[in-house]
Amino acid sequence: MDMPAPKPEILSRKSELAARLRAVLAKHALIEAPEELKAYECDALTAYRCPPLLAVLPETTEEVSKVMAICHEMGVPVVPRGAGTSLAGGALPSEDAVILGVARLRDVVEINTSDRYIRVQTGMTNLAVTAAVEDEGFFYAPDPSSQLACAIAGNIAMNSGGAHCLKYGVTTNNLLGVTMVMADGEVIEIGGAEMDAGGLDILGLICGSEGQLGVVTEATLRILPKPEGARPVLFGFDSNEVAGACVADIIRSGLIPVAIEFMDRPIIRATEEFAGAGYPDCEALLIVEVEGSDQEIDDQLARIVEIAKRHNPVAIRESQSAEESTRIWLGRKSAFGAMGQRGDYICLDGTIPVGELPAVLKRIAELGAEHGHMVGNVFHAGDGNMHPLILYNANEPGQLESAERLGAEILKLCVDAGGCLTGEHGVGVEKRELMTHQFAPADLEAQMAVKDVFDPKWILNPAKVFPLDVSAHRRGAA
Amino acid sequence: MSILTAKETAKNETDLVEIISGSASIVIEGGGTRRIGVTEGEPLSTRGLSGVTLYEPGTLTLVAQAGTPLSEIDVLLAAENQRLAFEVPDFRGLLGRAGESTLGGVVATNASGPRRVAVGACRDFCLGVRFVDGRGAVVKNGGRVMKNVTGLDLVKLMAGSHGTLGVMTEVSLKVQPLPETTVTLAVPGCDAGEAIAILSQMLGQPYDLTGAAWQNGEVLLRLEGFETSLRYRVERLRALLQHDVVEHWGLEACDPIWRGIRDVTAFHGRSGDVWSVSIKPSEAVRVLEAVQPEDVMFDWGGNRLWLLTKTGTDVREKMPSGHATLMRASEETKRRLGVFPPQSPALERISAGLRQRFDPEGKFNRGMR
Repeated sequence: MDMPAPKPEILSRKSELAARLRAVLAKHALIEAPEELKAYECDALTAYRCPPLLAVLPETTEEVSKVMAICHEMGVPVVPRGAGTSLAGGALPSEDAVILGVARLRDVVEINTSDRYIRVQTGMTNLAVTAAVEDEGFFYAPDPSSQLACAIAGNIAMNSGGAHCLKYGVTTNNLLGVTMVMADGEVIEIGGAEMDAGGLDILGLICGSEGQLGVVTEATLRILPKPEGARPVLFGFDSNEVAGACVADIIRSGLIPVAIEFMDRPIIRATEEFAGAGYPDCEALLIVEVEGSDQEIDDQLARIVEIAKRHNPVAIRESQSAEESTRIWLGRKSAFGAMGQRGDYICLDGTIPVGELPAVLKRIAELGAEHGHMVGNVFHAGDGNMHPLILYNANEPGQLESAERLGAEILKLCVDAGGCLTGEHGVGVEKRELMTHQFAPADLEAQMAVKDVFDPKWILNPAKVFPLDVSAHRRGAA
Repeated sequence: MSILTAKETAKNETDLVEIISGSASIVIEGGGTRRIGVTEGEPLSTRGLSGVTLYEPGTLTLVAQAGTPLSEIDVLLAAENQRLAFEVPDFRGLLGRAGESTLGGVVATNASGPRRVAVGACRDFCLGVRFVDGRGAVVKNGGRVMKNVTGLDLVKLMAGSHGTLGVMTEVSLKVQPLPETTVTLAVPGCDAGEAIAILSQMLGQPYDLTGAAWQNGEVLLRLEGFETSLRYRVERLRALLQHDVVEHWGLEACDPIWRGIRDVTAFHGRSGDVWSVSIKPSEAVRVLEAVQPEDVMFDWGGNRLWLLTKTGTDVREKMPSGHATLMRASEETKRRLGVFPPQSPALERISAGLRQRFDPEGKFNRGMR
């Protein structure tokens, strides 16, 4: 993975930049000591690291605005950062970039349960938003697996999903309005507490824009009444094809499970060894969760079991209690940890039409064997959002590169199957160079033209999302 | 009959590129059933771009060309016990039109009915789009999968853009299975304040209301799903309501009620202007007091107010917050008050910038901005 060479004219003005930033920020909000900057050298895509020129942690929207105005005037790239949990390198700095972290913007601005929204500063974590409204019987629906740590800012930047988005949608479906600082420091309001804003859907454009268009400092989020209860059922199948067909039948039935999770044999084995959840030894495993009252859950689970039985499952485990539910989810929730136990891994999130599932899984296994890497698949089966985990050994030279080559093959496979490169992690630096596989030049040109409108000097997260050679001309213009 | 006679009909994207490059000012027209802006330019019909390109009931995905009649899509989906979740309004009665609604028009206006309160708007079900911009570039964005954060989301941008950025040629949608049955609870004798209180209380319960409206003093609450589940939920809601409640069970009984809300039937054929107001439910009563409309209807739990006002009333100047779209009025009133809500200077600049990039010569739908 390449990053553009840092611009010497920026590096040489570091002390001037630091002085100007120091003048507009609260004490301790400017980070310039090399050992402290190390904390910002990567996000959760830890294979790539680069300490930034400086990092700032503003405490108000106004401070964010001043930082942006200074960087804009001096032509300094700014890499916005939420909690740094991006798996795609969305918050990876460059040597000549300022990291702008929103971690200190953590206030709840307003809670309105009768109009069903919450207004928060975007440094708040995803789970803290739910915690703020839980006592009143509400929750915030998008639930990325990093929800304990990840910030709403990053959720908006990556349009985060989660296991339960089959029913509740992803961030863009739950975002009502934002306060955003533009590249030049101007503070703008988009949307509000209403269901929609007038005019063009700028909010829809902002969501998932990976810090390319502005820095979102406040957000109004839709909150929903907490369901009465939820329980899963687990099915084991002796082939991926059969499990895939079962998923399609459930989706068609009119039932609305909140989650349908899929695990393949390598993952089942790894999690069994790691967590001992008592999963059956089989080719494919589905966890289907439904919500409602006890009676409604029983009724829905009975319907789901009836559908699954038509596909001859080798195992059925229906949860009757909170403990059983926890055990059913245990393996799925420890899947990443279990794979981590076996080595380093790359986690992809290519998305495919659900019908292509068996063929894609078969081909992934073949590709894994060809490249000499073990690949396990956990995924949100209801919406085709795959999570192939490619194992490699970071200490062995060439292994990361080989795993990345395999990853690229798998993502191209997802696109060729009618899907896309990324369902919920974002492009970042990780899938940047693969964009030309999914998009024609005119498609990318249209997206870059949108960035031109918001960020004419291309200072916001400039070396992300678009292939470097495709964006070179624009970045050079900064 | 549409008020325009289509001069040009594009049969494919190549055609479209040619027509666009040879025109100075274009009004994009599907069926002409839901256009609310003023008309400026030569009509360009998308009806030649018709046909469903892909329909996979097992993955809830439909891809169709923009000129495909909505009725064709409805029939196709119904045969598989599916539907468009966002409950497309039919505005022909409200606007006095007679054409055949097309998918492109539905998406371009983000046309969303009562179920939006539960599932989201048209834009939330748009998975992908193809369009031709003002420079003749054919652009695709999104795809046909439910989750997709690959690059900037131009699908959302196109949905609801009223044809001001390009001519859509193809759209992919997520569809929804039909529920087993449905029930509507009607709570009569409620004024606007009581209605908002009931709607907010009910939408704060975990029962997944798929309709929450108020008209003629009657609060209407809809549930959809399996009968056993609905029986339970109705019992719970009734226990909370403390009002007389009438239950309407089954699609046959519920359909006319919700069509009425969806299509704003109560305002059909009545004189006056029609406004769609987007507001926080807790502000709804203040809006009514300030505007004093001739008639009113709440949808989306009070997030959307339909107002019938005396001709020429400027609803916007009386609103404490939110925004208003002038759905039906004379051309004179539309020009004087503006059809679409005014934007902040910053958003206006961004919108103008986007239009500049996609349609530098300002060819598309000048009257829809």
